[in-house]
Amino acid sequence: MAKYTLNINGKKTQVEAEPDTPMLWVIRDFVGLKGTKFGCGMALCGACTIHVNGQPVRSCQTPVSSLKKNSKITTIEGIGNTQLHAVQKAWIEEQVPQCGYCQSGQIMSAVALLKAKPKPTDEDIDTYMSGNICRCGTYDRIRKAIHRAAAMV
Amino acid sequence: MSSINNKNVNRRDFLRYTSLSSVALILGIPNVKASDTAVISNLSDLEEAFNLNPFVMIEKSGKITIFNQRPEMGQGTFQSIPALIAEELGLSQEQFTIKQTGGEKHFGGGQWSGGSSSVRTDYMELRKVGAAAREMLIAAAAKQWNASESECYAKDAKVFHKPSGKSLGYGDLVETASKLNVPKDPKLKDPKDFNILGKSIKRQDVPLKVSGQAVFGIDVEVPNMVYASVERCPVFASKLKDFDKTAALKIAGVEQVVEVERVFYNYKTIGVAVVAKNYWAALKGRKALKVNWDYQGHENFNSKDFSQYLRDLAKNEGVVDKSEGDFDKTFAESNNKIEAFYETPFVSHSTMEAMNCTAHWKDDGKLEIWASTQVPGSVIEDLPAIFGIKAEDITLHTCFNGGGFGRRLAIDFIIEAVNLAKTIKKPVKLIWTREDDTQLGPFRPPTFSAMKGALSPDGKVAAFQHKVIAPTILSFMTPKEDRTKPDGTMVEGISHQAYEIPNMKNTMVFADNHVPLLWWRSVTSSTLAFAHECFIDEMAQKAGKDPLQFRLDMLTKESDTKRVLQKLKEVSKWDMPLPKGKGRGIAQWEFFAGLGGCVFEVTKQSDNSVKIDKVFIAIDLGTVVNPDTVKSQMEGCVVMGITAATQNGITFANGKAEQSNFHNNPVMRISEMPKVEVHILAEGGKTIKGVGEPGLPPIAPALANAIFAATGIRLRKMPFDLSNLV
Repeated sequence: MAKYTLNINGKKTQVEAEPDTPMLWVIRDFVGLKGTKFGCGMALCGACTIHVNGQPVRSCQTPVSSLKKNSKITTIEGIGNTQLHAVQKAWIEEQVPQCGYCQSGQIMSAVALLKAKPKPTDEDIDTYMSGNICRCGTYDRIRKAIHRAAAMV
Repeated sequence: MSSINNKNVNRRDFLRYTSLSSVALILGIPNVKASDTAVISNLSDLEEAFNLNPFVMIEKSGKITIFNQRPEMGQGTFQSIPALIAEELGLSQEQFTIKQTGGEKHFGGGQWSGGSSSVRTDYMELRKVGAAAREMLIAAAAKQWNASESECYAKDAKVFHKPSGKSLGYGDLVETASKLNVPKDPKLKDPKDFNILGKSIKRQDVPLKVSGQAVFGIDVEVPNMVYASVERCPVFASKLKDFDKTAALKIAGVEQVVEVERVFYNYKTIGVAVVAKNYWAALKGRKALKVNWDYQGHENFNSKDFSQYLRDLAKNEGVVDKSEGDFDKTFAESNNKIEAFYETPFVSHSTMEAMNCTAHWKDDGKLEIWASTQVPGSVIEDLPAIFGIKAEDITLHTCFNGGGFGRRLAIDFIIEAVNLAKTIKKPVKLIWTREDDTQLGPFRPPTFSAMKGALSPDGKVAAFQHKVIAPTILSFMTPKEDRTKPDGTMVEGISHQAYEIPNMKNTMVFADNHVPLLWWRSVTSSTLAFAHECFIDEMAQKAGKDPLQFRLDMLTKESDTKRVLQKLKEVSKWDMPLPKGKGRGIAQWEFFAGLGGCVFEVTKQSDNSVKIDKVFIAIDLGTVVNPDTVKSQMEGCVVMGITAATQNGITFANGKAEQSNFHNNPVMRISEMPKVEVHILAEGGKTIKGVGEPGLPPIAPALANAIFAATGIRLRKMPFDLSNLV
């Protein structure tokens, strides 16, 4: 066991965990933020996507010990601050989610995409978002919502 | 957390809650004590809460709660079911809170989601629930004002007195209303006055799902909870010989290692559970286990042999599902006939939220369960017989389902967690890994189809046979399968298409199988429609006719199927020729859940791959509750249908599933998403058909038919690889 001081959504949090514990389980079960989801455990589905210093990473493949000191971690609970992020608003407008389980990860990827490319084409979206699986099949609405969010930002 | 527990409410008040129709006619329950309903979350002052009937609770403060009996798994019942009550009760969506029911007896037998049945079953009954409550509130107001009820109307959670403009909130009226007689035949609203039903209203679960706040089963946290992962034999129907837990117990955080039974209907197996302080430790402990299994000979099971076994069975006559005219004679005497054989694989459900359940067997013998389940009613009904516990001692919290697709109709993963909770006497969250979920079943059953057809001299279908060769889902649920007549699920729809065929004989041959099987979104309609509707195309081609016209020629009488095909013909511009290398394909399917059809447009690429350009999909509903939800479901059916047709399939070697996770059991990704155009046929009328499934069966055959049109390649085995068609 080792002690880690984590900066999650702007809040400093102390956790005691085995160094190989993936951030997914640290965030969910040690810190108690349940919006980040377990989907595959192999970085294949994107349900566990979080941001580390603004970059999207798969938290199921990110051991807590691999994070550099003072890394800024953002989860779905932290992207909106006081109100919903434009991407979340667009997600509601387009009524994207069905079961909703993958959507935290989809939104975290979409937020990162818009930071890298504020006005993405459908091709940009397809390339960037291909790591996120949605079994319910909300892909067409994800494309529309990203375009809508791009217009809002 | 969407959950309630008012099972302790005085039973006498619920005595007449025997069926949904009588539910609407039951008086309220005044003076519910807070102590009796402590788990009803967020209800501020239960001393002053009144149930007008079990599905509506109005507090004197004005707070209104509608109980939803249909678990939400993405299909939209969190909005569409409460909407049926709210519309008649004069509420807008912001004016009430929704609570998911947990299998409580007084909510009746409708506490499940499956078979595309929620809206079509509840449409009239729950509207009556809302209308009865509305009439009681109006009567209460009229009494108070000494006015006539006809001068009053209900809107926005208030009753208004038209002549004077006075109004009273429902909270002010509920105490009086709950003492009134319940109207026996409440008047329903005229659909032209609907404010919610029939409109694309935004779903209440969506804001929760974009902000990480929606509580799925896996998100539940209970004080002092431990976590578990279970090592189960990857070879089905094996027995546990022994295991060595020494290394597992040395992993930091691991608390104990115990045996645990999984019960999937008649199929029972023992696994080894590693219980730990956190899930990561449980996973590491599980990897450190050494387990020996007795495979019982099942280690020789493999897909190659099983497929050959099914092909060999096709030689059998089978039992007759439907016989019309004289198929045998017409086929034997025809000189213009064809035969074809179609194959489909085992398929996993692969819900994004893998199976999981949290259970707490308490010291007082009571049981509390938190789960994503499609069947809260069955959980409460089935557990008493398994665990010798009284139904009223079980509390179930039904969570949002992270996908269902039929997988959560079974409660094997719940029983497993309860078994473990009973052993370890601690609240425990048992989570399946993606690998468990992919490899351990239950799966969609494979069906093989032997097709025969004969054409008349004028190029019409003279004789047709669909013979299904398949193992059954039911064999896991009955002690002895009746093989003297077809299993209805395994021949689903093959004898119920609207096509007018003079000589037809559809049959079924039963296959033995030990791999757990279960309903999968649209079940065998997805596999049988592939064979059926592709073979109709093969016959059209042999007759030298356009596949759509060939179908319409078999539909001389007016029918819903004919309307769906004509709609698709119009919207897809079917008669407008496509450039060389492009092709269109059509298919439709009618079955118990409803009726859908689609047209695919594809393009052959220079590298022998095929690209899906566009999908036109039509669903026949009669009446629609939320058009945007229906559109979502159709888009979802396209994705799930294409995935099953071209990517999914579980194969076996040495008794084990060869696929394990999304890298070798892939699902469609956004880059593969074609354009989808949805058409909803809902011209009103009394019939109301299902939404969740009917879009799916026509997908695979329409795609395969389009590929034939573009390439001349006839695909008869799922999954087929779009990137390499030869």
